[in-house]
Formats: sequence, structure tokens, C-alpha cells
Amino acid sequence: MLLTIQIGSHVLAQGTFIRRLDDGQIEIDAGNRRMVGRPIASGWHPKAMTKVRDGAFRKTFSRISLRRGVVAALTSLGLTFGVVMPASAQEDTEILNVSYDPTREFYRQYNELFSAWWESEGHAPVTLRQSHGGSGGQARAVIDGLEATVVTLALSADISAIAERTGKIPEDWQSRLPHNSSPYTSTIVFLVRDGNPLGIEDWDDLARDDVAVITPNPKTSGGARWNFMAAWAWAMEEYDGDEAQARAYLGTLFRNVPVLDTGARGATNTFVQRGIGDVLLAWENEAFLALAEQGDGAFDIVVPSVSMLAEPPVTLVDGNITSERQRAVAEAYLEHLYRPEAQALALQNYYRAWDTSAASQEDIARFPEVTRLSIDDFGGWAEVQPTFFGDGGVFDQIYEEQ
Amino acid sequence: MRAGILRSPSPLPGFGLSFGIMMAALSVVVLLPIMALVGRGVMIGPAELWEMVGTRRIRAALALSFRAALVASLFNLVFGLVLAWVLVRYRFWGRRLIDAAIDLPFALPTAVAGIALTALYAPNGALGQMLTPLGIKVAYTEFGIWLALIFIGLPFVVRTVQPVIEEIDREVEEASATLGASRAYTLRRVILPMLAPALLTGFALALARSVGEYGSVIFIAGNLPFKTEIAPLLIVIRLEEYNYDAATAIGLAMLLISFAMLLVINIIQIWSRRRIGDV
Repeated sequence: MLLTIQIGSHVLAQGTFIRRLDDGQIEIDAGNRRMVGRPIASGWHPKAMTKVRDGAFRKTFSRISLRRGVVAALTSLGLTFGVVMPASAQEDTEILNVSYDPTREFYRQYNELFSAWWESEGHAPVTLRQSHGGSGGQARAVIDGLEATVVTLALSADISAIAERTGKIPEDWQSRLPHNSSPYTSTIVFLVRDGNPLGIEDWDDLARDDVAVITPNPKTSGGARWNFMAAWAWAMEEYDGDEAQARAYLGTLFRNVPVLDTGARGATNTFVQRGIGDVLLAWENEAFLALAEQGDGAFDIVVPSVSMLAEPPVTLVDGNITSERQRAVAEAYLEHLYRPEAQALALQNYYRAWDTSAASQEDIARFPEVTRLSIDDFGGWAEVQPTFFGDGGVFDQIYEEQ
Repeated sequence: MRAGILRSPSPLPGFGLSFGIMMAALSVVVLLPIMALVGRGVMIGPAELWEMVGTRRIRAALALSFRAALVASLFNLVFGLVLAWVLVRYRFWGRRLIDAAIDLPFALPTAVAGIALTALYAPNGALGQMLTPLGIKVAYTEFGIWLALIFIGLPFVVRTVQPVIEEIDREVEEASATLGASRAYTLRRVILPMLAPALLTGFALALARSVGEYGSVIFIAGNLPFKTEIAPLLIVIRLEEYNYDAATAIGLAMLLISFAMLLVINIIQIWSRRRIGDV
């Protein structure tokens, strides 16, 4: 279905429908890139319509040549659904924050906080938009042309993939902001049924015959990769660094997994709504959110002896910045995440933030003590990603061996 | 022959224009995407492609996808024929309602169908609760995949067979009966041969649709490698790994197998037409 959207106050664009964002805006695929804007209900602007058709036909026929073959034909197809850009460019500044699944609630509140602060500083209002989905899929959308101003994803490997494949982000992006560019962190915990009927206390219980474990697929979910590495961290400590034994342990664990969902929210739904499994490996913030939504008495959180320091990093997508003003807003948007009031908001949303000065006692006291290993202990994501989750990596091997 | 048609205009007016529109639409929607897929495959090279689809896991996923599609389409072949027969031949209360409901799988987003079926057949779902004590597991097993594919494939068989049944004159059956044929004999030697081409077409459509189905299946399948992982999911996984070549390889493998299956069905159709004449 072809849709026309309005970006800013003048710009119209057409393309195939991708998804509806939380604020009622629509994301479309305009062939060679993705755009977000307000849907235009019915009847295209006649002037804009003519422009689209003229431009499209001219471009389509001038581009198709035997020399360029199929690729050119596809490019011109993209242009057929291309953009109309009248002389006046976008007037108001917009920030598109492309994020992963569980941050939906946090960024909705943060956008309000940031807007209020930004305007109180005497700046012109800005439009803040957010897009959520599985971390890997979001990274791929940005690589394929989604015009993210900033990305706030589940793990650095996904942002590095954007940097590597598009060059829109410098290679040293992770040193641009404090704490490895992670304004908040989390960890991996167990969510069990009320009262913990199976007595699940630590990672070794997950390999028991009578326990069914729910975790998403590490191939498609960023959170699941943290789950996998947390289990690996425990096993390497338990078996004194014997990789063969750690691998055997993970093989047993994954034999207990009856469903591999594609994303963290899907896995939470399988566990909570469908009642499948005895233990859910989850982001700590997802686990707390499930508790808050289901009310106490449905689930318990169990903290394992060893877990991961999960760092979901944030960064600016330099290659998508169109004006100096937009850059200034985007940089402020990310830096403001480290301010005490934003940190308090993260804590309130069950993330482990760094600065607790503005947070309420209740939000700080919630987090249990846990030994958290850093991904750098295993060589960092640059090494872990291909070794464990690449084609034929450790995760593939434990299934091949079954 | 074909060039001749293009050069000398057909006696009907408007051939050039309509042919142009047809080719343009077909290229934009069908031919170019497939050419892009094949083109990418050619650039990768056949040896590498073969190596990429030759792994045990991809073979298992392909086998599962085609096996489940075949089972579901065979079920739909029988069930769809009965359904179409009842709808055409009998008048009963609510017939139009059921007739309209047949099209729902076309209209419903497949993800909605998948989630609804999962909610019903999960161990804590309305039907799952009754089946679990009997030791029958549907959701998160291969049965679940069959179920989802039966759901999405059913209208194809019903809608292709229905108009043909409507065309059959009752006199034919009566003539057969007056000549001394039993009911079963009439069905086997008179009715089914007339329906065979439409049944095969419906079967082929349902099969082609089920093989590539993704949206509804991933919710009910469980997605475990070697057990309930369908080939389209494996394509998505390869894309998530930025391994576009391997995704292309699986896509091409599915395209080729589907093509071969449809070819066989077409050949059977031609053969059956020769044998019993066009209907």
C-alpha cells in the first residue's frame, strides 16, 4: 500500500507502509530510505502529485539502461516512490531516536523531560520521535536507510554494525560519552512463578531435567545474547574456564528451552501470557516491569550468583545529521541522559543508572546485589559476536551437537 | 511467432497499450524482485550457494517447510472440496455467513491468526487445556505449524473449486444413476474427473502460499533449530546476521523447489486434461 506522509510543514513523501509509531506518525519505505511523518488522510496535494509523477517517470526512463541492468532498474523503482522536496527545507528540528524494545516507556517519559528542559533553556521547541523493535532489526533498519538521528540500542555490537556497514558513525563512537556511552545499565535475572515452586536459585538449576527455560533467540534478540553470555560467564567460573564443559552446560540448558521467540517482549509474553516455562531469562528492567504490570503474587525475581553488566549504549548517527542545529539538539539529547533528573527517571524505569542523587530511596533500594561481569572480560562484543553468535558460532554448534 | 504478434497488431484495438501496462505492472511487482534475487545468486556463484544451503540445519528447515506445506495442502484438498461441495449443493441456515467466513484467512493479518491460534492451543489456552491431559501438544510443535498453514491455505482450494461445482449439471449425475452407476462410482468416475483440474490448481496455490508463510507460523512454531524452525525464519536469522548471501541462498533454494513442485503439478494437470478432456 502506497501512503503519502508529510514531514515537517512542507515536505511530502510517498512510499510503502512500514509501521505506525506510538505518536500516530507513520514510517514509510520510500525505496532507498525510510521516512517518518504525519499521514495525509485522503487526496494528495495536486501540485505534489504532478511533481511525483513527472519526476518519477523522467527518472525511471533516464535511469534504465542496459549497462546498469537490474540494479539501476531497482534504483529507479526506489525513485518512483521517491521524495518531493520543495525549495524550503524542514523548518523545525526533529530528532528520531531509534531504540530497542523495552525502552519504550522510559524514552516516552524522557522525551517530555528533555523537551521541558530544552525549552526552559530558551531554545525553540523540537520534535522528538521514537521507534522501537528488536535491537538487531532496528540496527538493520538504520543500515537500510532509516534516518535515525540517535540510536539507543541493546548492545554495542548492533551500533558497531551500523558504524561498520554505513560509515555514518565513527569507529570510536563508544568513547564519545561517559561509561562506554551507556547512560544506564541493567543485568540479567530469572523471573520464576510465584513462590518459586521448583526452587530455582542459580544457573545450575536451569540445566535440570524438570525445568523449562524461556529465552528469546540470540540470533535475533540483543537481550538473548546477554542471557547467553551470562550463562556462559557462570559456567566458565563454575568449570574453571573449561570451554568444553561450559559448552555442554549451555547445550543442556538450551535443550530445556521449548520456545525460542524472536524478541525479548515475545519471550516475556510466552512466559507471562501463555504460561509456558518455569523460568524466564530477562532483562532486569523487563522483569521488574512484568512484576509491576501483573501485580505482586504472580512472579518472583531470582538473582543468580553471577550475571552480566549489560550496557545498552547510545550514540549520534553523524551521517544522518542535516543541520548544525539538529546536531546541537541531538548532542544535548544524549548528554542530558547523564543529568541527575534523567538518571532518576532511568532508575524509576528499573534501569541501573549511575547518578542516584536525584532519585527516590525506593527506586535505588530496589536493586539487589549481584556480581556483574563485563563483556570485556570475554573480549568485548567485537570478538564475542562472531565467535558465539555468528554463522557456525558457539550457539549454532550447541544445536548441531544435539 | 511471438515477435509476429508484436509486429502485426491484433484485430482487437488497444493491444500495445494494454500489453505495455501489463508488462510494466508485472515487472514492478513480480519480475524485478525475482530477478534481483536470481541476480544476486548469480553473483555469489553456484558452488558457494550449494555450500551455504548444504548444512544440516538448513536442510532440516527446508524439509520442515515443504513437509508441513504438503501436509496442510493435502488436508485442505480434501476438507476444502467437502466444504465447497456443501456450500454449493445444500441450502441451510447460515450458509452465506460461512461462505463469507471462508475469505477471512485472506483478509486477516497472518500475525493475528498466528497469535489467536497460539492463544487457543497453548497448554493454558481454551483448547490446549483439553488436549494437554490427553498428551497432545499442538502449539510449539510441528502440529502447530500444520494448523497455521491449514488456516491460511483453506480459501485457495474452496474458492477455486466452488465455481466449478456450480457449473456441474445435476443431470449428469442423474444420467449416471439411470445408467446403473452407484453413488461412489458416479463420484469417482463422473464428478471427480470434472473437478480434478480445479482441485489441482487450488492445491498448487495453497501449497505455494504455505511454503513461504512466515507471519502466522513463527508465533505457533516454537522456532527450535532442527525441530520447528521453518526456512523463512532462517532467512530472517541470516539477515539479522547481515549474511545477505546465505539469505539469498535459502531464498533461491525455496524458489527452485517451489518451481519444481508447481511444474510437476502443471504436468499432471496437462496429462489429466489430455486423458479426460477439458472441462
